[in-house]
Amino acid sequence: MAKGEIVLGCLAPHPPHVVYAENPEQNEPFSEGGWEALRWGYHRLARKLKGIDYDCIVVLTPHWMTYVGTHFLGLERFQNISVDPIFPNLFRYHHDIQVDVELAEAMHDAAAEAGIITKMMRNPDFRVDYGTIVSCHMLNPEWSKPIVTISSNRSTHYYSNEVMNEQAAALGEAVMKAIEASGKRVVLVASHSLSHRHFVTEAPLPEDMSREHIYNHSQYVWDMKIVQMLREGKTKEVVEILPEMIEQTMAEAEGGGLSWMMAAMGYPDYPAEIYGYQSVIGTGNAIAAWDPNEATREIVL
Amino acid sequence: MSEEPEIVLGFYVPPHPHPLLAPEQNEGWGRLREAFDTCRQRIEETDADLLLIYSTVWPSIVGHQIQAHPKPVFTHVDDDFHFLGSMPYEFRMDSEYAEKFKDSCEARGLHARTVAYDGFPIDTGSVVALKLLNPDNRIPACIVSSNVYSNRAEQIVLGKAARDAMSELGKKVVVVVVASLSNRMFTEHIDPSDDRIHSAKDDEWNRKILEFFDDGRLEDISQLSRDIHGQIRVSKVVAYKPAWWMAATMGQHNNYDGEVLAYEALHGAGGAVIQLTPAKGGVGDKEFDEDDVEYYHGDRSVLDKGML
Repeated sequence: MAKGEIVLGCLAPHPPHVVYAENPEQNEPFSEGGWEALRWGYHRLARKLKGIDYDCIVVLTPHWMTYVGTHFLGLERFQNISVDPIFPNLFRYHHDIQVDVELAEAMHDAAAEAGIITKMMRNPDFRVDYGTIVSCHMLNPEWSKPIVTISSNRSTHYYSNEVMNEQAAALGEAVMKAIEASGKRVVLVASHSLSHRHFVTEAPLPEDMSREHIYNHSQYVWDMKIVQMLREGKTKEVVEILPEMIEQTMAEAEGGGLSWMMAAMGYPDYPAEIYGYQSVIGTGNAIAAWDPNEATREIVL
Repeated sequence: MSEEPEIVLGFYVPPHPHPLLAPEQNEGWGRLREAFDTCRQRIEETDADLLLIYSTVWPSIVGHQIQAHPKPVFTHVDDDFHFLGSMPYEFRMDSEYAEKFKDSCEARGLHARTVAYDGFPIDTGSVVALKLLNPDNRIPACIVSSNVYSNRAEQIVLGKAARDAMSELGKKVVVVVVASLSNRMFTEHIDPSDDRIHSAKDDEWNRKILEFFDDGRLEDISQLSRDIHGQIRVSKVVAYKPAWWMAATMGQHNNYDGEVLAYEALHGAGGAVIQLTPAKGGVGDKEFDEDDVEYYHGDRSVLDKGML
């Protein structure tokens, strides 16, 4: 069996607004559009993904928050409606998700072997979080591949951003071992935004783009700093300053997604492909990808 | 319409699913369940016509969300404790009160909205409280979220808005706060028989807070909220808010008969079932360290001003 590999890593923010704006048949509310800079970026990344041969999408989501270890979806199929607890007016999505349980179990076992507290989630009534659904829908609207969802252990809350970084790195290394042993070609997804301070009010028409802007300038400056460093291939440095960024911008990277993915990918030193940046209800959202294949790597924006 | 709302009982209960799903697995969880059952009986003995829940495990961002679906039906599973089982529910909500509460919030400067969507994810704490305290849906209920960015002023005003709505509709109300005391859980899976409060420090603080509750000193606990947050709360949100809201909703004083029905560990966190009954007398000499707030003025554009 050939050694498994990561064929793409994606920073894929999950504001439900982008699915809402797309008006897919799975989502109940209707929109007049909005957030095109993000959506068009997602469209282009989804097209790239179509040209890549892969078996599974593995997503670490901050909206499955666990305090007792790191959990993995452990059943083959989840059919349900996902209603966003924060934006139920925008996201009521009927989903039918296939899970690669074999890979999830392999990742669980590798993480446990590395000393990480783990748990397989086997309850058939469990509702998959909307972060997973939004990121996966935007990357693969046909849902043509199985996924693995990994929960976000909230070590930032319990300990510190630095401890989060270390634990996420250990998880990333364990996940990489499992991928290699599986022989599978895997897309990793860190499902989160950058700066994450929201407005606490909403426009009467949520997609009214005349009302959309970053929450404050310092958030924007931090976001641009991170994007620039990613362009320059400074992923190790980005992970090292994440604790500071999280502290100052309430960055959603606190959930461990980017730290986990960068560790799994061995801290790429090549430029990230940048697909878009836009604020959503004040938060800063960048879509980026890391293509280990130099022949297909490109400068997008 | 009466000037003051008629609040017949107040309860402070834990958000964890263990007393509902696994009371037999640990003696302490069983005692919490018995305390819930006692509260249920006492609620049934009242003529309350509304059960209002404030849940610390229902976070909101866009203002304050108020559950208004007349009959929410779903099967809920906890993110961490999914292995304990599922929680199917069908509740009866007081949509009229929910709308009035929202209007009252807006009248006091708060951003608020009702939610009434099939499949909306009602949080673990609210599901546990409603299934154990009001299993037959005898009393219509309402649930209000806890805004992650809100702090004292906003919570106080939110509580007063809840009172306004009760008064306007002439409701007799049971107030329920869903919150832990200390909220640090063990970060590993444990044998249920090994459960205990995470640390002696958490336990000592919990017991001090319980002394206040037992004396009916709700306003004093409200005034101590910032200290409580600093000492025994994991920094998931900006502040320990439930006592602010509970005091503002039930009445900002210490005139309650308090009773701690149970205090036990829930995977390391401090779980207590507490009853507060409005009373004529009580512990006086309350000390107000911070101003009372009637109207919420928002962030007053301080960020914009900082750019001048």
